[in-house]
Parts: sequence; C-alpha cells; structure tokens
Amino acid sequence: MSAGAGSVTKAAPPPVQEVRAEQSLGSRIAGWVSGGFVRVFLIVVGLFWLVPTIGLLLASLRAPEDMASSGWWNVFTEPSQLTFGAYEALLKNDDITGSLLNTVYITVPATVLVVVIGALAGYAFAWMEFPGRDWWFLGVVALLVVPVQVALLPVAELFGKLGIFGSLTGVILFHVGFGLPFAVFLLRNFFAEIPRELLEAARLDGAGEMRLFVRVVMPLAGPAIAALGIFQFLWVWNDMLVALIFTDSDSQPITVALTSQVRQFGSNIEVLAPGAFISMVIPLIVFFAFQRQFVSGVMAGAVK
Amino acid sequence: MAADTAAGVKAPAPASPKRKSVTGTRRTVAALFLLPALVLLGALVVYPIGYSVIRSFYDQSGDSFAGFDNYRQLFTDDGIRTALKNNVIWVVFAPTIATALGLVFAVLTEKVRWGTAFKLVVFMPMAISMLAAGIIFRLVYDQDPDKGVANAVWVGVHDTFAQSSAFPKAHPGRESPLQPAGGGAFITRGTVSVGETVSLPLVGVAPDVMPDDAKAARAPEPEEGRINGTTWQDFTRGKGVGTLNAIDSTELGYAGMKIEAVKDGKVVETATAADDGTFSLSAKADGAQLRLPAENFKEPYNGLDWLGPSLVTPAIIGSYIWMWAGFAMVLIAAGLASMPRDLLEAARVDGANEWQVFRRITVPLLAPVLAVVTVTLMINVLKVFDLVFIIAPGSSQDDANVLALELYRQGFAADQPGIASAIAVFLLLLVIPVMWFNIRRLRREVRR
Repeated sequence: MSAGAGSVTKAAPPPVQEVRAEQSLGSRIAGWVSGGFVRVFLIVVGLFWLVPTIGLLLASLRAPEDMASSGWWNVFTEPSQLTFGAYEALLKNDDITGSLLNTVYITVPATVLVVVIGALAGYAFAWMEFPGRDWWFLGVVALLVVPVQVALLPVAELFGKLGIFGSLTGVILFHVGFGLPFAVFLLRNFFAEIPRELLEAARLDGAGEMRLFVRVVMPLAGPAIAALGIFQFLWVWNDMLVALIFTDSDSQPITVALTSQVRQFGSNIEVLAPGAFISMVIPLIVFFAFQRQFVSGVMAGAVK
Repeated sequence: MAADTAAGVKAPAPASPKRKSVTGTRRTVAALFLLPALVLLGALVVYPIGYSVIRSFYDQSGDSFAGFDNYRQLFTDDGIRTALKNNVIWVVFAPTIATALGLVFAVLTEKVRWGTAFKLVVFMPMAISMLAAGIIFRLVYDQDPDKGVANAVWVGVHDTFAQSSAFPKAHPGRESPLQPAGGGAFITRGTVSVGETVSLPLVGVAPDVMPDDAKAARAPEPEEGRINGTTWQDFTRGKGVGTLNAIDSTELGYAGMKIEAVKDGKVVETATAADDGTFSLSAKADGAQLRLPAENFKEPYNGLDWLGPSLVTPAIIGSYIWMWAGFAMVLIAAGLASMPRDLLEAARVDGANEWQVFRRITVPLLAPVLAVVTVTLMINVLKVFDLVFIIAPGSSQDDANVLALELYRQGFAADQPGIASAIAVFLLLLVIPVMWFNIRRLRREVRR
C-alpha cells in the first residue's frame, strides 16, 4: 500500500495545481479568510495555554503586598513592581532548599535503578531462554496499568515493618517498583529488535553474558534508555502523592513541602509562587532539551 | 518465591522457537538478571494487590471478617458517593474534551508554519508537576476579579454585554424626599403631579464607580402635561453636599438610573435618567409615588465562584485539560503524519471541502489513535488526585471529592483501611479491561 501511495503522490501534482488555478475568486477569498481564522484561533489558544504559567512567573516576581491588592498583570503598567525578593527569601529558607535536595536524592536513584533493573530484566525477556518466559513478560505488562493507589496502604505497612517508612530509601523503592513494568516493557521491545547476528558474533568472540549486556546491548539501547530515563525522571520529580505518604519532614521533596503550604493559600503566595516555579525549572529544562526523547517516551508509555 | 519460579519451577513454556537464547544461557543466569525486577514487582505491586483484596473484606481493625460491608459502604456513604459521582463526571468529560481539543489542534497546526511552536506551548504543561499546575490554577481561579485572571476576563466579557448602570451603596442623604421602600429600593415620601418638577437626590456612590457618561446634573424644567425631574448625586468630592437637596454645578447626574411611577402598588410608568440625570414622565404618572428600584443599587458583577461547590469540579477538569490536551495532540499529530496524504488530496481534487475531508477521511482513519488516547486518559483520570487535592479549597473539597482522594482520606486521615482497600480494589477492577486489552495486543506481538 505505502509503495503504491508514494507513486500516486509523485504522479498527482500537475492535475491538483490545475484545479487550484480554476478556483473562483470567491472560494479563494473564503480560503484566505478561513486561513486567517485558523491563525487567529491558534494564537488565541496559544495565549490561553501560556497565560496561566506567565501569571505564576509574574506573581512570583511581585511583592506579597502587591499580590494581595491586585493581579499579576499590573506589572505590565508598573514594571517597577518586579522584584526577586521572594526568590531570595526562598533560597534562605532551609525547609525549601532541603526539600529541593531531597527531590534530587529521590529522583536520580529512582531513575538510574529503574533503567538498570529494567534493562537487566528486559534483556532476559528478549534474549534468554527459560520456561514460561513469555507468560512472565505478559504478567509484567499486565501490571502496567495498576494504579499506585492500590499499593499505598499495604506498602506503607510493609515499609513500617522494614523500618524504612519515612525514609528516602522507601520512597525510592516505591518509585522503582511502579516504574519497572513500563521499563521492562519498553526495553524488552527495543532489545528484541537488535539483530540476532550482532549478539551471536559477540558471543563467538567469547563474550560472557554480562559482557554482552554491558558492551553490546546497552550501548545500542541509547534511544530507548533516554526515552525511559526522561520519562521516569519527570514522573518521579513531579510526584506528590507517593512522597506525601512515604516521606517525613526530613525526607520530603519540594512537592510535599509546598503542599503543606497550599492549605493557607493566599496568605503565603510569596512562598508558593516562586516555590512552584523553582520546582518547574528542572522539568522544563529537561523537557526543552530532550523534547524528542520525551515525546517518544510518552508515546511508548501511552498505555501507562 | 519470585526467584524460584523465575528459575523455572512453574508453568511450561509456550512454544516460541524463534528468538532462542543466543548465548545458551544457564537458567541461573537468567534468574539473576530477572531477580531484582521480580522481587521489587512482587513486593511492591503484586503483593499489595493481594493484600488490598483481602483487607477489603475485613473491618476497620482488621480482626473480623466483614464480607461486602466495605463495598456496600462505597455506594451508601454520602461522601464516597459524591466521589463516585465526580469520578464519573471526570471520566466522561475530561478525556473526551482533551482528545477532541487535541484532534482540532493537531489538524489545525498542520495549516500554519509555526505549528511546531504552538505544539510546544500546548505540550509544555505535560512536563510540570500537577502540584505546580494546581498552584497555577489556584491563582487563575481566584474569586476576586482584580486578582484572578479567569474572573478578570469573565467580568470583562460580562460587562461588555450586560449593561452595568449600577449605583452601589447609593442612599438618601439628610432631609431627603426619598425613603427606603424595602428590598433596597427607594421611594418618594409624597406623590407627584403633572406640571411639577421632582428632585431625587442621593449620596454615597464612589466617584470611580459613577457611570463614565454621567454629566453635570441639570435642574428639571416644568412642562405642561408632563412630570419632569432630575436624579443626581447630591455631593461632590472635596466640596461636600453644597446646597442640600439642590443641584450644584459640580454635581453629577445619575445617568441611566431607572425610575418607576407607582400608583396603588402598581408600576404605571417607567423612565430612565439621561446623562445629566433628567427624566420625564407622562400624565399617567399623575398622583403616583416615584420609586428607584433595587436593581439600580446592586453591587457590581463580581464574576463566578469558580472554586465554590457547584463549579469546582468543572474548574479542576479545566486545569486537567490544560495539562493533557497536549498529550492527545502529540499522539494524534503522530497519527496524522503517518496518514496517506494522497487520499486527502484526492478527496480535495474531487471537490470535498475541508470539513468533509476532516469528517469523512481524517477522523475515521485516526479512529484507532483516538481510541488509544481516550482510553489512556480515562485510566489517568480514574486516578486523578493531586489537582483536586491542591486546587479545591478546604471549604469545597467535599464537593470536589474523587475516589483517589477519598482513598487517601479514608486510609491515612480517617484510619479506615478496610474502606480504603475496597476503594483501591474498585479502582483496580475498573482498569482490568485495559489490562486485558494490553495483554491481548502484546500476546500477538510476542508470539510473532
């Protein structure tokens, strides 16, 4: 089908242009107007999507007294209102800086572990021989859509018994557990596409299983690992619910630290607005730097 | 346990002769590769499912078997039923609206050169946390139109279309010919008669809320067969009342004030004051009392109570759509990109207009993608928690309640692990069809 479609496209252009030339002036004007309409519509929608975030940014750059009396859009008429005061105060606030560090301490290991453990299992599912292999894999795939809510209570109790409730270890493990089905799914499918000859050649050269995995398979899996890593990184960085339950005041990430502030919304906008913005900076950088990988991760994870 | 079975104690392998181990691996090596993943999955995902199912049949303390009591609670407890109802609203509206918008955006961005920039803007909220999005929308939905952008826009639109000739806080001054008539209206103490003039002075309207078209008040002139009068603000900022109950040159007319002539409790005629505050009534009003109805004095329109009990769920759904329409758009755009272009072109050559192309070709060809996106969003929406938790203020959190939030409250605030487990199992049951679908789709691929 696709080959045939290609040749048709090549042959098609001349008649299409003829038809276009025959279009009446009226329909050309109509087309121009609707083209203009599309443009205006998309610009309005784009503004609609941008304004909330811009609002937060400008709110974080105004003094609390100004925020209490008027909306953030007043900075357009009075640019002198802009100040970094809230950010300066925030960076001196140990609760906030500590929780930002915790976010890093949670996100980095949770991402690395998911990639490593998921790759090991994905490789085994793709290229090793053992009884019930495909059934086991389907079992893992079935877990893709299990809601985290199911595990909150039981795992809280389990962690309590193990003495890791409220610790960084606990929340990291939880994220790894719930990140694994997707990791195994994505990487197994990617590994399965590696040409068999490549692995056999390496094997003939005397490479052991571990060597094959580290030297041949992992380097080839760059794109899949990037997609998975970025997906998991953003997932964990942005998580609030899991951390809300599994961390205490010493191990809480920025999302939880800010959540406790939301209850008095309005009176503490000078903490919330810059805090939310700081928590967004890293995800946004990652997003803009790795758009392609993020999109492919999102597309592969459409089932999650 | 996971390790044993992984090593091959369980179930015979389905025939899959194709991708054999290239390495002739010993099973212990395979087990070692799988061990970490299976232990973690077993302890953190599989075990909790079993635990929740069993726990959901026990009472609060966990000591005695409670049968289906916890599940019955799901459908009888008012709080949980609200959550259930809201979840239904969420699942019906949020995924469909997000997908529809994603479809429209994906199709329209193909028609402009800066489509990529637009996609970036709409997709960007996917990268930020629900917490940040929640804080963003708490700001957007601020009730005060001077602070919340949603109400600022809404009030702006409303005031453009609805006449706002209100005089809030206006009231009679000293020795006024007017007196309160109940319900916020004012009425003259005496009656009016043809050929006379009437003064209806009030005070108390702040200068900045006076209508822009208000002009200096002009004294009424008597006219044969009519009743003429003036209604004005008997006060000038900085100058005071001036001559009491008489027009001074700096005082402004109440432009647009409604006046009713009332006889025996019935309105016989109405008039509206001109820019200089003057008005005129016919002989029908002879012997009537003049009333300034309450609608003149209502407070200015203050916008919608977005986060109040009735609008809070739609408002939060709006913020969800802001976050996830980009996801739908990107997936649908990928589907569009792989569509056979010549088919669309052929239809256009045959004279189909853009709408017909969209309706008859684009949408049917995209149907599988649209289905995947909608189902994915439905699963996602079932579990919605953060946005509701953050955006709904304490006062309307009960009205905005959803299952995931109720589970959190029952399990961690109300210490009702039985009910929380029942909610968890209920959520799990709802995603099982999707689980089944995933497995079936993959089984075909794995067996290839």
